[in-house]
Amino acid sequence: MTYREAVREAIRKALRADPRAFLMGEDVGRYGGCYAVSQGLLDEFGPERIRDTPLSEAAFVGAGIGAALGGMRPIVEVMTVNFSLLALDQVVNNAATLLHMSGGQCHVPLVIRMATGAGRQVAAQHSHNFDGWYAHVPGLTVLAPATIEDAHGMLLAAMHHPDPVILFEHVLLYASEGQLPDGADAVSITSAVVRRGGSDITLIAWGGMLARTLAAADQLQAAGISAEVVDVRVLRPLDDETITTSVRRTHRALIVDEEWRSGSLSAEIATRIAEHAFYDLDAPVGRVCSAEVPMPYPRHLEQAALPQADTIAAAARAIVGR
Amino acid sequence: MTTVPATPATTPAVPDAAHARDLLRDMLRIRRFEERCAELYQAEKIRGFLHLYIGEEAVATGVMRALTPDDSVVATYREHGHALVRGVPARAIMAEMFGKATGCSGGRGGSMHLFDTARRFYGGNAIVGGGLPLAVGLALADRMLGRRSVTACFFGDGAVAEGTFHESLNLASLWGLPVLFCCENNLYAMGTALVRAQAQVDFTTKAAGYRIAAHAVDGMDVDQVAAASRDAVATVRAGDGPMLLEFRTYRFRAHSMFDPELYRTREEVDAWKARCPITTYEARLRAAGVIDDAAKATLEAEVGREVEDAVAFAESSPWESVDTLTRHVYSEPEPGHAT
Amino acid sequence: MASTNIPAPGVATREFRMPSLGTDMEYGTVVAWHATPGAALKHGDVIAEIQTEKGVFELECPMDGVIERIVVERGTRVRVGTVLALLRAPGPSAPPEALPAAVRASPAARRMAQDRGISLSHVQGTGPNGVVTLADVLREIANAEAAAAPAPATGAAAMRQAVAATVSKSKREIPHYYLATDIDLGAALTWLQAENTKRPVTERILPAAILVRAVAVALRRFPDLNGIWKDGGFQRSDAIHVGVAISLRTGGLLAPAIHDADRTPLRELMVALQDLVQRARNGGLRGSEMTDATITITNLGDAGAHTVFGVIFPPQVALVGFGQVTERAWADHGGLVVRPVVTATLSGDHRVTDGHYGALFLGEIARLLASPEAL
Repeated sequence: MTYREAVREAIRKALRADPRAFLMGEDVGRYGGCYAVSQGLLDEFGPERIRDTPLSEAAFVGAGIGAALGGMRPIVEVMTVNFSLLALDQVVNNAATLLHMSGGQCHVPLVIRMATGAGRQVAAQHSHNFDGWYAHVPGLTVLAPATIEDAHGMLLAAMHHPDPVILFEHVLLYASEGQLPDGADAVSITSAVVRRGGSDITLIAWGGMLARTLAAADQLQAAGISAEVVDVRVLRPLDDETITTSVRRTHRALIVDEEWRSGSLSAEIATRIAEHAFYDLDAPVGRVCSAEVPMPYPRHLEQAALPQADTIAAAARAIVGR
Repeated sequence: MTTVPATPATTPAVPDAAHARDLLRDMLRIRRFEERCAELYQAEKIRGFLHLYIGEEAVATGVMRALTPDDSVVATYREHGHALVRGVPARAIMAEMFGKATGCSGGRGGSMHLFDTARRFYGGNAIVGGGLPLAVGLALADRMLGRRSVTACFFGDGAVAEGTFHESLNLASLWGLPVLFCCENNLYAMGTALVRAQAQVDFTTKAAGYRIAAHAVDGMDVDQVAAASRDAVATVRAGDGPMLLEFRTYRFRAHSMFDPELYRTREEVDAWKARCPITTYEARLRAAGVIDDAAKATLEAEVGREVEDAVAFAESSPWESVDTLTRHVYSEPEPGHAT
Repeated sequence: MASTNIPAPGVATREFRMPSLGTDMEYGTVVAWHATPGAALKHGDVIAEIQTEKGVFELECPMDGVIERIVVERGTRVRVGTVLALLRAPGPSAPPEALPAAVRASPAARRMAQDRGISLSHVQGTGPNGVVTLADVLREIANAEAAAAPAPATGAAAMRQAVAATVSKSKREIPHYYLATDIDLGAALTWLQAENTKRPVTERILPAAILVRAVAVALRRFPDLNGIWKDGGFQRSDAIHVGVAISLRTGGLLAPAIHDADRTPLRELMVALQDLVQRARNGGLRGSEMTDATITITNLGDAGAHTVFGVIFPPQVALVGFGQVTERAWADHGGLVVRPVVTATLSGDHRVTDGHYGALFLGEIARLLASPEAL
């Protein structure tokens, strides 16, 4: 099963389980989704529940918020995080805010899915990663499933969440394949998870960066360095405990973040490590982030701008000192 | 320019007395409530922004008359009047403006964010144009859940320049959703005159661009507002898709409290004040013999008591404890909330 | 003569050594430095803490000045007399090249080194750019443990050993004589009761304090009981520092001094006494308190003993004992009355004083206690 099929399966289960659930977004119906996530769902659920929208991000994200207020369980697909900027006002000023400014009256059980990330040579306007921007906003829950099981289980969990959830699906993950265990169900949307145990350094990654971070851990193993890999996967609220526990054990930390370095989520995580585990650190916290440049089109420049397994492993070796 | 709104044929020549008195009372309630708000602002009881609706009372009063309790209302940051005539208790509104725990938004919202979901009053939205998509979504939910409700969405002429106006009208029309778009055209987006902000000032033509039926209505005449709203709500409820009513109105006070009004002339304001929706309506009712001095005095006394009771309630209400500062950022587990 | 700002080399520095806090003390372990090189210190400021068989003591700075260099790092056990640090008078610091370079070490390495008393300056750093890492400190600890001598006795056993050495030395070297007298405390206790009614419960004065005070004042007229035996002769002390024997809950005995007890008003004496007992039992006694006593008082009244004949604490030459205050039949002007009475004893060093002198001293104590308002 592929990642996109896992997401599709979760949408299917959600729509079957709850008549209030529906999917709307650009090209989710007849086209089958820009990333083919919703292929076949129109036939099963019809145009009312697999609802194509015009290119009106603010209106259909806002309509998703309104529908959630009105008792529905909408899943809104924003084609990519790049376009979500057109709906940012609705997300920040309404979805994240209504509960508080109504004194707890207006619950917004809305799931917003969006593709994110770079790596497909689609240049500066289609390669953004704004994980940290969304994770900045109180009221939102921000998820970054990196595995087949999480792609499926986090969406199911999000459908049972009473507040707005942002789900980032990395474009490079859609075609990745894996097994969805029999009886797979909702997974935690509050905790990070250790994907690989190790003792010399903690590599912290999520979403599209997890696979290459695990590859870097393999390289480090060959060099005699035992790297633990923590998949953050819940970008807000951050699971400080899992991260801190690991760093306290390994005494070293490297954060891999596809965002631009300045003001990124990696900065927040590094600060929290300093706050919670400073006296356990045996080396400065390290970061591997994207180059601070609008994403260039040619493949060699794009790849040079992004964290890669080699650069992650090299940064880890510099921290460990061997 | 826009077509002159035709007087709806359904308007009775002689007003129904009880109905007329109710309209006058609601307009007076808004007027007296907000006059008191202005005093309380100057006394520093109310803080932040305070946008008064004085001069525009006929619009909210007339539209709300046409709605049922199952309908939804989405309003703007100039929404005290809408909340009041929708039935949100004056006490809860005033306490909210004071920032007290007993306010209709628990004190978290203030003047610009009045909410009351029990009365399907969804704000209190202070990003211009931000409420229109919500209204579309509320209507979508009603449609998908098989409810025959209408969502009345208020916005000003300033919002017409926002993308969400166009996106929302298109979406509502495309999907045939039961939204009544209520444009309160008071001729100024803050201090920018409509003619200096919009190439096409005839809003009905904008609605027509999205195949939405639209009428311009004299927003200073509560009878015309009420009649136009009643017809429009009936049409929308019947499933014929959204409609837009453009209410031509005028705010007599500044945009908010600290506004020297450099952008309009005293003569212009006075000309509109001569068409005050309350004094003109009162005169009409007196001429028709519906009210007299005694009835008016009774009305004023009733309204005055309601306002003073609200002020006393707000004044004596407790503040939220600082311990609760970060409440309502995420939902708290509570029985009855489906998960 | 031309003035100069450059201090003469070597002149201003002074060695700060591991003190002997008792004749039975051979070793001490520095457990904390309370000042860093270069920081200004006043005479009497606590400069370090040391661990001995009898517990942890604070060492005071013997001069106004600064630490030039710490010679013995925290965690190191050294013999009495070992130079712990070099001090110098306030003024321009030594040439910078004389100071050790700052050690680059990770937070985890620093915390481990501090917890285990390891000096980072001795640890070879193997991290990036020679930074001392946690692994480097752990290696150093392992090496140090492997090289360490068999551990000395600790805790209660060490304390017993230390007490044994002291009393053996005393009984071996000091020819004791013993005197006893019963003292009527009626006037003293009546006066105390009246005084205490004027005070909050927490500020009440206990009989023990007035006894200490009486001994201290009495010593002014009996200076041959106040001092130490040193180098084959008696050295009289002008200051009267009264050592107070304190039994520890964990077993063993300490006798720290109340300095200038004869010049300390009664209420302050009470505070000092309580403070001393608390610090003796919880740690925090100062080195000077352990070495400065010129006489010792032991009071076993709480334990119920009627009379105590104590062992002199060398190198002191006298010890005063008090037993329990009890109501006893007391002959008064030919009649028999009931009075609160305490038995006071003197253990005297016969090399320095005779029984006659000692008896007059006990009589002076009794006389002072009969007029408590004068104390």
